[in-house]
Amino acid sequence: MSAKRAKYGMVIDVDRCTGCGACMIACAAENNVPPGPADSTDRTGITLMRIYRADNGKDFPENESVFFPVSCQQCDHHPPCVSVCPQNAVEVDAATGIVAQIPVRCLGCRYCMAACPYHARYFNWWDPVWPEGMERELNPDVSLRMRGVVEKCNLCFHRLQTAREKAAAEGRAEIIAGEYVPACVEACPAAAITFGDLLDEESEVHRLSQRGESFRLLERLGTGPKVYYTSEREWVRALAEKDPASTPGRTAATD
Amino acid sequence: MKATEVGKKSTTKNADDVRGKTIFFFGIVGMLLFGWIIFPLFIYEQVDQPIQFSHRTHSGDNVALKCADCHSFDKDGRFVGIPAVSKCAGCHSHTIGASGEEKRLVEDYVIKNREIPWVVYSSQPENVYFSHATHVKLGKVDCISCHFGHQYTDRLRPAMFSRISGYSLDVFGSTLFDVPSTPSTGMRMDDCAGCHSKHGFKETCIDCHK
Repeated sequence: MSAKRAKYGMVIDVDRCTGCGACMIACAAENNVPPGPADSTDRTGITLMRIYRADNGKDFPENESVFFPVSCQQCDHHPPCVSVCPQNAVEVDAATGIVAQIPVRCLGCRYCMAACPYHARYFNWWDPVWPEGMERELNPDVSLRMRGVVEKCNLCFHRLQTAREKAAAEGRAEIIAGEYVPACVEACPAAAITFGDLLDEESEVHRLSQRGESFRLLERLGTGPKVYYTSEREWVRALAEKDPASTPGRTAATD
Repeated sequence: MKATEVGKKSTTKNADDVRGKTIFFFGIVGMLLFGWIIFPLFIYEQVDQPIQFSHRTHSGDNVALKCADCHSFDKDGRFVGIPAVSKCAGCHSHTIGASGEEKRLVEDYVIKNREIPWVVYSSQPENVYFSHATHVKLGKVDCISCHFGHQYTDRLRPAMFSRISGYSLDVFGSTLFDVPSTPSTGMRMDDCAGCHSKHGFKETCIDCHK
């Protein structure tokens, strides 16, 4: 609804990421993601932001690891989840470029989960249950999801709404860069994630995304993700295009 | 002979027709009365406000308060909605009028420093986002464009909540069978979208749904 068009995205410096998981925790707390039951697995639990580990496959002295924080990659070009959804529960917000999922509209067919090449979508296998007292910490800006619907990262859209509302109260039609920051970006202790408007040529995120060391996951699919990764290491950049099916053993997607 | 029989037959047939139509007509009317008037009484429960309040008295010539004097925004731009009892205490720290309700306000709430458990007419479902600041401060929409004549009411009417969904009747408009008119009295998605499209605003789902 904002007059100016933006394209929000982020650049994650995987050389800085220590894999601590602060972004995952911040994301879950911000977005009212319930702790899964004891028997939930990495396939059935919900991790809208998730850290994958990969290494260079060499033995001890030469062994090196890298961590990839992977949330919804915010595909800019024909997001596969949008075109397959029979419910129009997910669409690209033209004003911000955010691929926005409305869980209440979802009928739970999970077609989008099959379509998403990044495994960035999660299904609610259970109704949310909160440990005693934790329900008092829920974020009122994010609605709870019931059993049977799919959810994903919306780049903390509610934080954009809050920033817009504050701007509106001060009589501004536009928010100032930096007023809107997703929870994962804010939480990263290594400052590995840079967030902002990719269309704004003055912005840090635009500059970093254009660097030669920056890359996106599975770029060859042509989905044009708005989440960039950056690394000085050649073998790390090569991982982004690796097909997990063709390489048995440890890869970025299986660990 | 034959002609008379035929005539008789058609008279009975006509009488049957009329009777049938009458029964059908009253049946329809009865069904509509039941569906529109009696059934809503069953599914909606009335909840009275804890204390009475006259908007007319406060917005009238004597006191002349503006809407924003009590219904204000906080520093983050969030709409506060119903004011806290401390706002009332600004004037009503002790009884200044003759009304029994005011006496109750002072004795039960102001002196005891208790918040009034107001019943909210306009609560939207949990997944709906609405920003007063965007509409009032940026869009320059008057309060009364949506809250018709609220400032002229003498009494607070009882709120009506559906026993099934828990939603307030106000979301659907002043009555259940609110035929879309201009301006619509409801707060349904169609009402929002109607005004938005009239003013040329395009929105995506996530602008209003969370």
